[in-house]
Amino acid sequence: MTRRRLLGQTLLAGCSAAASPLLTPVTLASAPGDNRLVVIVLRGGMDGLDVVQPLGDPALTRLRPDFKLGEAGGAADLDGFFALHKAAGDLMPLWSAGELSFVHAVSTPYRGKRSHFDGQDFLENGGGDPDGTLTNGRDGWLNRMLSLVPSSRTDTAIAVGRHAPLILSGDNPVGAWSPEADLDISAQAELLLEQIYAEDPLFANAADTALELSAERDAPDMSPARAGKAEPLAAFAAERLNRDTRIAAFSIGGWDSHRRQMGVIERPLKELATALTTLKEKLGPNWQRTTVLAMTEFGRTVRQNGALGTDHGTGGAMVIAGGTLRAARVHGTWPGLGERALLNDRDLMPTNDLRRYAGWALRGLYGLSSVDIERVVFPGVDLGLDPKFLA
Amino acid sequence: MAIPRHVMAEIRYGFGLRPGAPTHDGAAALLASLDRTDPYLTVGGRADFATRATLVQDNKDARRARRKQEAGAEEMYKSSVSALRKTIAADIKWSVEAAMLSPQPFRERLVLFWSDHFSVSGPSLRERTMIPDMINGAIRSTVATSFPAMLRAVITHPAMLQYLDQSMSVGPNSEAGQAKKRGLNENLAREVLELHTLGVDAAYTQADVREFAELLTGMTFDADGFRFRPRMAEPGAETVLGTRYGRGKATLGTVEKALRDLALRPETAAHLAGKLITHFVGGPPNPGHLDQVASAYLENHGALMPVYAALLDHPAAWRGEFQKVKTPFEFIVAGFRAYGIPHKTLRQLEPRVLTRLVMRPMAAMGQPYLSASGPDGWSEDPADWITAPGLAERILWAQMMAARFGDGVEPAAFLARTLPGVASRALQRAVRRAETREDALALVLASPEFNRR
Repeated sequence: MTRRRLLGQTLLAGCSAAASPLLTPVTLASAPGDNRLVVIVLRGGMDGLDVVQPLGDPALTRLRPDFKLGEAGGAADLDGFFALHKAAGDLMPLWSAGELSFVHAVSTPYRGKRSHFDGQDFLENGGGDPDGTLTNGRDGWLNRMLSLVPSSRTDTAIAVGRHAPLILSGDNPVGAWSPEADLDISAQAELLLEQIYAEDPLFANAADTALELSAERDAPDMSPARAGKAEPLAAFAAERLNRDTRIAAFSIGGWDSHRRQMGVIERPLKELATALTTLKEKLGPNWQRTTVLAMTEFGRTVRQNGALGTDHGTGGAMVIAGGTLRAARVHGTWPGLGERALLNDRDLMPTNDLRRYAGWALRGLYGLSSVDIERVVFPGVDLGLDPKFLA
Repeated sequence: MAIPRHVMAEIRYGFGLRPGAPTHDGAAALLASLDRTDPYLTVGGRADFATRATLVQDNKDARRARRKQEAGAEEMYKSSVSALRKTIAADIKWSVEAAMLSPQPFRERLVLFWSDHFSVSGPSLRERTMIPDMINGAIRSTVATSFPAMLRAVITHPAMLQYLDQSMSVGPNSEAGQAKKRGLNENLAREVLELHTLGVDAAYTQADVREFAELLTGMTFDADGFRFRPRMAEPGAETVLGTRYGRGKATLGTVEKALRDLALRPETAAHLAGKLITHFVGGPPNPGHLDQVASAYLENHGALMPVYAALLDHPAAWRGEFQKVKTPFEFIVAGFRAYGIPHKTLRQLEPRVLTRLVMRPMAAMGQPYLSASGPDGWSEDPADWITAPGLAERILWAQMMAARFGDGVEPAAFLARTLPGVASRALQRAVRRAETREDALALVLASPEFNRR
């Protein structure tokens, strides 16, 4: 019996004609122009220290003695200090072409309870309150940004995926699209299902078989045509971006690696790599006008935990890709992993607000003013000096 | 684990908690709800028997015309099929609405229980079009009165007469039988004895089945509804379980008398008591509980209110352990209730959304709408529902609901209000640890605690 269902649905695609009195003549004349922005929300807390491994920091192997790091784990050297996790190996051509960058030791201003839900809401809302309180409008920063960009088309911005994410929700109508979905269970969700069924043999046995079937179906070699769900999301986004859409957002989940991180992180990381390579491939010449920002709600603890995993932390990494980049680089200020360098003696100390980098991307792509970004899009952010990651 | 009484009442005897909906704090409150008028007995806008019969007849006519390749028949057939589908879709919406919103959820659960006791299902659209009329007209209308009244109403309803072939059964010595060389069909007679009244373990014989089948002849229906046709009825007396019924000319009164006698036998009392307890509490029934319910039934001549009182007024009825699993329909309704989906949203659901949210998932979870595989209805065994694909569908549905209705819903609060005193520590922890809000909300509906009752 097949358990595949069509969950696909088309949501609203309303007319967005929002204009703002704050617009400069320049933006009025050209925006949204030809520049494309893709924002990927990495849900579950991506471990930036595993994706972009600071091999040059002597403390790393002491903090994570059982992780396969660097060469031992097949990671590829980036700049002599950082190395890229093996599962993201498909991204190396982008790195070589100067179309991939990272920002390390970034986070949102959220310093609350390290809750996924609050953390993600906060990331998507773009506010600046360390407790995680959302801005009054409880809307998404990409949606607020739309108010500053004259957009005559109904599909200037689209949310791709089963659920319209907060990042694009708000007063400005946006398009939404969903692919056919399958029983799509992240490693963490599978683990949690096993836990809630553990005490009930009837459910535990049925779930055991069900999840096994689901895992078999998801194995890439079982069905080469279906390399996971990020591929169709990215392909669809690219197709739309090749037409009138200029801004697209979707999510990749499965990063919550509390157990056996080595195995767990592979799938979402491959999905992310597939998403980026698919975007480049399908966007063709438009890749040169595209910027991709992939960001997560928080990083993870610097020390491995008792289950060969990591727990919810603070500082992490952000991924930037696209033909618009100046060069391949790991940006940011490295705080170090020494005893005193950690936040609360457990987390990577964030040295940058990730909103700064998103803000500079908006400025570079759409000519938004610093004032608009610091007041409307990311209230309270200090854009500071241009990190100059765009060409 | 101490589950508050009002929570247990809603979960075991209703469809779970719904934010803002009044709860029932025990047996007395549940019983009192049955004393009030059923707001869903006469809701306007539902197709009545005549309308349904006309739609069915139109479909039959169109089918015949199409077979003869008459001009315009194809169009006629298509439009008649679409009319049937529309009626069925409206019925489903209506069933979900009644279960989800009725202030008397116990009544709705009883309607479902008795509909399953008298299970009628249909492979064809025509059959499925008639069944809701039986549920509403014969079961809902008698659910808080008496079992003999319900039995009579159901057994004389066209949907049942058709489903168990009674309308085809002709007394061999009747006028019609002699003229057309047609004969008896034992189907309904056997099922009344085996499923509806005495139960399969009772001491009846094939001879009883045969005699009872002869007794039932003459019961048929036409476009106006039930008809007793003496021309089809076997003349003379029949002996069922040692009692002689009728002599000379067959009458409907004789059939009614026999049905009433069967209904009031102790085997029937024990059979119904066992089924009620197994359905609501789980089986095998506690012997004291069983005896209490069966005695209430017999002492009150099949009156149902005292039976429900006896069902609820026993420690076993409130035992903290959840033995049963919600059927797919109960699960789906409970999910809608948990999210507090408003009436308006339900009313406005487009047919394709209704298909995606209710009909297709019900079928995928193993309970296609009005399509039980036999007259014995749906399984009472949890293991038949919680299979690998069945559970996978429930997980999938839970995810779909979270995606569709989870906006702004705080998972911990959702869990707390949906399963107060019920959620295990493991579930509470899992909901906290889920990596997305949607995953967390989905875990609540996918949990054993939510799926059991």
